[in-house]
Amino acid sequence: MKTPIYLDNHATTQMDPRVLDAMLPYFTQYFGNAASRNHEFGWVAEQAVDKARKQIADLIGASAREIIFTSGATESDNLAIKGVAEMYAEKGNHIITAATEHKAVLDTCKKLEKNGYRVTYLPVKGDGLIDLDMLRESITDKTILVTIMYANNEIGVIQPVAEIGKICREKGVLFHTDGVQAIGKVPVDVNKDNVDLMSITAHKLYGPKGVGALYVRRKAPRVQLTAQMDGGGHERGMRSGTLNVPGIVGLGEACAICQREMPEETKRLRYLRDKLRSKLEAGLDEIYLNGSWEHRLPHSLNLSFAYVEGESLLMGINDVAVSSGSACTSATLEPSYVLKALGLGDDIAHSSIRFGIGRFNTEEEIDYVADKLIDVVRKLRELSPLYEMAQEGIDLSTVSWVND
Amino acid sequence: MAYSDKVLDHYNNPRNVGSFDKNAENVGTGMVGAPECGDVMKLQIKVDDASGIIEDAKFKTFGCGSAIASSSLATEWLKGKTVDEALEIKNTDIVNELSLPPVKIHCSVLAEDAIKAAINDYRKKQTKRVSVEQTVA
Repeated sequence: MKTPIYLDNHATTQMDPRVLDAMLPYFTQYFGNAASRNHEFGWVAEQAVDKARKQIADLIGASAREIIFTSGATESDNLAIKGVAEMYAEKGNHIITAATEHKAVLDTCKKLEKNGYRVTYLPVKGDGLIDLDMLRESITDKTILVTIMYANNEIGVIQPVAEIGKICREKGVLFHTDGVQAIGKVPVDVNKDNVDLMSITAHKLYGPKGVGALYVRRKAPRVQLTAQMDGGGHERGMRSGTLNVPGIVGLGEACAICQREMPEETKRLRYLRDKLRSKLEAGLDEIYLNGSWEHRLPHSLNLSFAYVEGESLLMGINDVAVSSGSACTSATLEPSYVLKALGLGDDIAHSSIRFGIGRFNTEEEIDYVADKLIDVVRKLRELSPLYEMAQEGIDLSTVSWVND
Repeated sequence: MAYSDKVLDHYNNPRNVGSFDKNAENVGTGMVGAPECGDVMKLQIKVDDASGIIEDAKFKTFGCGSAIASSSLATEWLKGKTVDEALEIKNTDIVNELSLPPVKIHCSVLAEDAIKAAINDYRKKQTKRVSVEQTVA
């Protein structure tokens, strides 16, 4: 077994060697511009792009012409939200999103607020899911877009996307979903789910970084977008810029592999994830699961280890790559806003670890990580005045802390 | 973030972990920080009555590696000092010794606060003891 062990597959994934193999000829041999219509070089590139478009569309139940290539999910989120906001400005100025969205969505919405749009940030319940009744009640005749992520990047919970889609369709409001954590991991079908726009990125599904796509529905309803970059009018005029052919080939191949292997892969990842959780729970008391267990990605686990601070925990497992919701590990020195939105106290947010298991993890690695974590948590609890107080039967919420 | 070797050493081999009886007359206890801020330090000193010298010190800390290292280092420095000398330990001394980066300076401040709180607690007990003894006499 090699260290360090990578268990941060929500952040990014290792590229599958089969994806790289598919991409390589498009750097040197088939280097043409897919927009060159009058020679062989362009045609070969365009063919490769068309094949990838089909592979991506197949994975999400769309048609190839509904795939718009971008540089990644941040661009796709921006294009979807700003593009709809501008295009449908005459219809209304209200957008609905959720408190636990990715910053690419939240900050885009905040920008629109500065420009006169009104945004509703739905709270989430303790399990991380939005309240569908609240969504329904929030929609007004000025609402033009609902943007709710498919699955959360920190806690892995899967929103009730089909129900959200149904409500939006009934009310005649467009529905965008940031699908990056879910696509390739769980079955996604834009027609069953009534999704109108969906953000996709390659590097979360074992493809290359720097390439993504936006699914844009073409009929019932036909979604229109105001382009956010001016230029050559590529991608049906929605996203100008020469296509990143090798990257697009990689995204397509990554989607095809995910589609082929999803049933087996899901089973294997779920087994490893469940084993990690049960080993940790057998070895330690006072571990808390963050987010719904039932509505969750199969490879995702977010746990809080009470009385132990996240950064010190990461330090103890420095040959394992995971993330923490602890303030000390973030640039802003604030604990995770996602965990806080679940109603968790800051202390539990500080104690959280996110595990993301991926295609290349082995059972041996999972066993190693579980054993090591149990050791480190026990050691840090011996060091923890909070654990000592809890053992003495002191209710920590009643203590008045000296903090100046 | 990369940690200095000294921080790593204190994290991997923390010195003087543990607790004294906080009700003992010659023990001073300081507890500072708050769980929601991600740092709580408990620091205790045991003072030799006759000489006024801190004969032992212990700590427990909930917090990041730098917070653990700051309090571990503080207990090392406290031992053998008089209470007055201990008050001269400054957070900047801890920053320098552990090469703490700017974002971790608050860990050293917390350690200095914990030292002061422990000494305060010890001194309060002494004043009380003196006044009780005077009343008895």
